[in-house]
Amino acid sequence: MSARRPPWVLSTLGVAAVVLVCLPLAYLAVRVAGAGPDAWSVLERPRTVGLVAQTAALVAAVTAAAVVVAVPAAWLVARSDLPGRRFWAVTLALPLVLPSYVLALALLAVSGPGGLLGLPELEGFTGALIALTLATYPLVFLLSIAALRRADPALEEAARGLGRTPVQVFREVTLPLLRPSVAAGALLVALYTLADFGVVSLMRAEALTRAVYLQYRGAFDREPAAVLALLLVGLTLLVLLGEQRARARMPSGSAGGRTVRPAPVVTLGRWRGPALAFCGALAGVGLLLPVAVLSVWLARDVPSVDGVVAATVNSLGVALAAAAVTTAAALPVAVLAGRFRSRWTAALERTGYASNALPGIVAALAFVFFAARHAPIVYQSIGLLVAAYLVRFFPQALAGVSAALTRAEPKLEEASRGLGRGMTRTLATVTVPLVAPGMMAGAALVLLSTLKELPATLILRPTGFDTLATEVWTATSVSQYSAAALPALALCALAAPAVYLLVARGGRELEQLGN
Amino acid sequence: MSRPLVLLVLLLGAALGLTACGSGAGSDADLTIYSGRNEELVGSLIERFERESGLRVDVRYGDSAELAATIAEEGDNSPADVFFSQDAGALGAIEDTLTPLPEPLLAAVPERFRDPRDRWTGVSGRARVIAYNTDRFEEREVPDSVFDLTDERWRGKVGLPPPNASFQAFVSAMRLDVGDERTRAWLEAMKANDVQTYDNNIQTVEAIGAGEIELGLVNHYYLYELKREDPGLAAANHFPASGDPGSLVNVAGVGILKTSESEEDALRFARFLVAKRSQQFFADETSEYPLVEGVQRRGELPPLDAVIGPQVELGRLGEQLRSTLKLLDEVGLTT
Repeated sequence: MSARRPPWVLSTLGVAAVVLVCLPLAYLAVRVAGAGPDAWSVLERPRTVGLVAQTAALVAAVTAAAVVVAVPAAWLVARSDLPGRRFWAVTLALPLVLPSYVLALALLAVSGPGGLLGLPELEGFTGALIALTLATYPLVFLLSIAALRRADPALEEAARGLGRTPVQVFREVTLPLLRPSVAAGALLVALYTLADFGVVSLMRAEALTRAVYLQYRGAFDREPAAVLALLLVGLTLLVLLGEQRARARMPSGSAGGRTVRPAPVVTLGRWRGPALAFCGALAGVGLLLPVAVLSVWLARDVPSVDGVVAATVNSLGVALAAAAVTTAAALPVAVLAGRFRSRWTAALERTGYASNALPGIVAALAFVFFAARHAPIVYQSIGLLVAAYLVRFFPQALAGVSAALTRAEPKLEEASRGLGRGMTRTLATVTVPLVAPGMMAGAALVLLSTLKELPATLILRPTGFDTLATEVWTATSVSQYSAAALPALALCALAAPAVYLLVARGGRELEQLGN
Repeated sequence: MSRPLVLLVLLLGAALGLTACGSGAGSDADLTIYSGRNEELVGSLIERFERESGLRVDVRYGDSAELAATIAEEGDNSPADVFFSQDAGALGAIEDTLTPLPEPLLAAVPERFRDPRDRWTGVSGRARVIAYNTDRFEEREVPDSVFDLTDERWRGKVGLPPPNASFQAFVSAMRLDVGDERTRAWLEAMKANDVQTYDNNIQTVEAIGAGEIELGLVNHYYLYELKREDPGLAAANHFPASGDPGSLVNVAGVGILKTSESEEDALRFARFLVAKRSQQFFADETSEYPLVEGVQRRGELPPLDAVIGPQVELGRLGEQLRSTLKLLDEVGLTT
């Protein structure tokens, strides 16, 4: 079926979706191009150079730290005789339910002069580094476990047979096998850090997202904010390009074929204690601490439930809408690229991933600029907010469907065609049901991201429309921490099923996204 | 259909249902208020207005200057009916988008607290203060002028909130009072003295109470708001010397947009704010200065007439906002 021309409906839908995804960036560029030299002068400031350097340093540090934490943890869970391996496999992935700004809040709550535990003050770069590492390491962790489980144990066995110590086996055999998956995870971590707004704001760390927002809030002319936003996009593109070049140099063979023979277990011996302590500490800081802090706040003050109920309904509503709409928009693009392979469908799919380079604050600025001037009907409407989520999280839905399509054999579809069904009917009755689980997983990913999304929601939401994320944010901005606890916990509860689904599927969608 | 597909369709249905309920919150309000005052302080007041008037009100909370810029960007398309600002400068900055207020409303408030062109009126008064940590020192050790804060003694120990409109108004007032050059020099010296910046007044006062910093440039009433939650908070207000830019008296005020299609309801809200009961609310609940005669301020506050700020008319702050923001940006305090 790959040699045929795709049905025109499919092509039209696919092209429309990708055009929509690219529009905000295009509009921002147009607006900035029309701005006076004053707007461009922000680029010439020495401060801006420092800002870019700080942002790059944070991205590098978080990515490195996440890999350093996640890979050993994944190895322990997948390859060693660590007690309670299944428990740790789930527990260490669980921080995914926590929005990163909640992690940051928890860290702030226990540190500093007035902190609950009186730890040394945690702010700025270090604070952001710790919070973002805890928030993102599960991405690398999940992908590493998946790669380890997929990897053919024969290679490691052979190495051990040749007299290598476990450490040597890990370094010389396991690590190279893992490299593509770790690279995919690292890319996701880097993109997350570049786009993060909540953590760097709470930690008052120097970062481009925060600068864009401050510039937007703190000036009458908003073009300079747009210029800074484009600078952020440029930095993100650099990361994407750099990753692509690094990957080109990597051995392309992924971690083995389809063997599912379980790998032999490495005995930890006297390392068992330290290994357990490591996993325990990770879960303690990344999961137990935030939950404990939220509970303490909750116990301190009985919160008003009304606002939280309304915010829960709003959060769930927009997140479900975003998940459904985004998945529907991604489906034709994925089918075109997966079943009607040609140069243009491949290009279409690649372009669909472009909004990976579009942090939430940038998407929000583009939409607000455009709507305030040219589309007052949708300005501050839920529809516009959902459209922004669609653009922002399109790659996640696309990854979900694509991952499923590459796994589904086209044989069934060919059989359907052979039995005389038309192309469109085959797509509807065979292809789509085949990829439905992948679509669900992609949708879950979009749902999760939308629930936690902060900057675009803050800027684009309709007046009087509070979500759980904005409730947390508003409460913390006036230091009403006890009021932040309930919406934060509700947010985690809503996010939990989506995280469960993704973990249960072994991070397949995340891996596709990272590639 | 396969099970996941059925689920997906069900989810889509649920999403549409939920957003339909949710969107009711956004679209059919009688009155839309852009509030530069935060929800913690005025939320309950606006709720009372809703109850008493029977109107459905939507409030968009933000920083006053940010909302002023938003109104300017929206132009004729602005969905806002009312701009409830934290300071006079943000109102003045978008004066051209506001409609003149009627005489009876204006008459309630003394002339020096409203716009000379009648586009906005103050509804509550506030003084700039230097808040200080009471564990570290006595009030007499607190500087009497903001110009003393550039001293090495205070390196890294002073906090201020650059995105906050009242802070911006204070900088505008300083520019009008002592000139642009001295103001820029002062800001640069503060920056060089490692001044700590916060998002808003509350965070600044909280940092003082927690001992992260020792002094902060804020409005007087945030102290009382925080003390309500934590009576033992180690912070207090010091009123700088007469005539110092650091003791500017400013107002929170209200204006009605020309483009509003609910001008009558908007006026109702403005009248509500200067009514005795709301003025009492500002005195008791937010610890501000009521501006209408016959309402008593909080006992421990000095009388408003005794707080002598720089010789600057509030009506002139608006025309300065744009250049003040530019100055703060250039000095590197806002980004």
